[in-house]
Amino acid sequence: MNLLDIIGPIMVGPSSSHTAGAVKIGLVSRKLMVEKVVKADIYFHGSFLATGKGHGTDKAVVAGLLGIAVDDSRVPFSFEVAKEEGMEFQISGIDLGDAHPNTVKLNLTGESGKEIEVIAASIGGGRIEVQEIDGLSASFGGDYPTLIVNHKDRPGRVTSVTARLAECNINIATMKLYRTVRGGDAVMIIECDQEVPVESIKWLEELEGISKVTYLSLQG
Amino acid sequence: MYKSLAEICEIEKREGIPFWKIVQQADCVETGMPETEAFEKMRVMYQAMKEADDSYDGELKSASGLVGGEGKKMQEAREAGMTVCGRLMGKVMEKALKTGESNACMKRIVAAPTAGSCGVVPAVFITLEEEKHFTEEKMIEAMYVAAGIGGVIAHRAFLAGAAGGCQAEIGSASAMAAGGVAYLMGGDSEAIANAAALALKNLLGLACDPVAGLVEVPCVKRNVIGAINALAAADMTVAGISSKIPPDEVIDAMRSIGRNMDEDIRETGKGGLAGTPTGVKISEQMEKLG
Repeated sequence: MNLLDIIGPIMVGPSSSHTAGAVKIGLVSRKLMVEKVVKADIYFHGSFLATGKGHGTDKAVVAGLLGIAVDDSRVPFSFEVAKEEGMEFQISGIDLGDAHPNTVKLNLTGESGKEIEVIAASIGGGRIEVQEIDGLSASFGGDYPTLIVNHKDRPGRVTSVTARLAECNINIATMKLYRTVRGGDAVMIIECDQEVPVESIKWLEELEGISKVTYLSLQG
Repeated sequence: MYKSLAEICEIEKREGIPFWKIVQQADCVETGMPETEAFEKMRVMYQAMKEADDSYDGELKSASGLVGGEGKKMQEAREAGMTVCGRLMGKVMEKALKTGESNACMKRIVAAPTAGSCGVVPAVFITLEEEKHFTEEKMIEAMYVAAGIGGVIAHRAFLAGAAGGCQAEIGSASAMAAGGVAYLMGGDSEAIANAAALALKNLLGLACDPVAGLVEVPCVKRNVIGAINALAAADMTVAGISSKIPPDEVIDAMRSIGRNMDEDIRETGKGGLAGTPTGVKISEQMEKLG
């Protein structure tokens, strides 16, 4: 935490968790999609569902999906912007069990027809945690360039990925590794201090035993 | 970020560096940002506070319709000479309401330390700049003082209503503003810490009990008490009145009270004002809206 977390951020109200955090979930999900979102099914859980209307959580998530920033005065008018930009959306409630009270599930379709499912929570002070992408566990805050690599739980996978990052002179800030069962599906989540070049992501996608690479860039 | 206000006071005594600079230097070490650049970022925060104040719209209503137009009413009453508190205090109240309302109406504000308590620091600081004619540079130094106090509170206790009740939000904002005013009035680190302690002490135990879970009732008006309390704490400090409990221990008391607070009065929208018959009725009406 630094001083500009104490005084700051500049944001559209009323709530850092229910508004600013919700915008950020939309923004991060849009970036995970990489392309323009044309359709969004938004499912609110818990406190997001109960008090979301009053906090503008619905408008906030839609704003984020449109690329509207946390401090952009257009946040409350995001439904109108969605209409202008041709993004369809529908909002409903969902019970995600014992998920964090401020959780939302997003089913997004991009302009090329690409689909992605994101489950994320707003964990306070405008900070968020992406918890699931396409049904697979994830855990990151969207504050760093983040590489999400789905792979088979086999020896050497982590080395091949991290070696490539080292070659590109990319420093790893944090790293998490999960697997379903021994030898089963696994995922590594790597938060980096530098952006990962597109060629490296393509290279990783071709690597044996790696089923999918998702990348969250903070640029653009 | 410093772990105690006592530590900052010691550094000032030992090295003769003012509070705001001590806090800034430590932050720049952490973020790796040059001090001049960091100062400009803080200026952006202060200017955003002023913009929020300037762009207030008294015609707006919040999502629930519970909030809107209070700042305008306060301004009219002050300008008509109807208020007991006079010009300066009237302005502080008016600005606290305006920023708090703007937040409730989805306008752009600066969380300080939170969105719910965003009216306290700007109400006090902008009014003092206007009425006492401090330079903007001096105001930004005061912003550092406020942020430094908030940093110590974040380290020792909490700044979120969900964690420690409203004392953690409005109480912290009030302590931050009080320290800033003590600095503007020529106080050293001891005075800054004392003003922060006096302000926080007065708001210990304050519940976070928002009606329907919304940042509206009582949040907007609580910004007023946070701001006025900050001025009172700073004036008591100027008069030489000291907190008998050391500042860091006051913050620790806030933490221990927060830990003892029932979940019902920690931003859940269940207890306190939210749990009154009227509060419950409003909540039910909001739920129908979905």
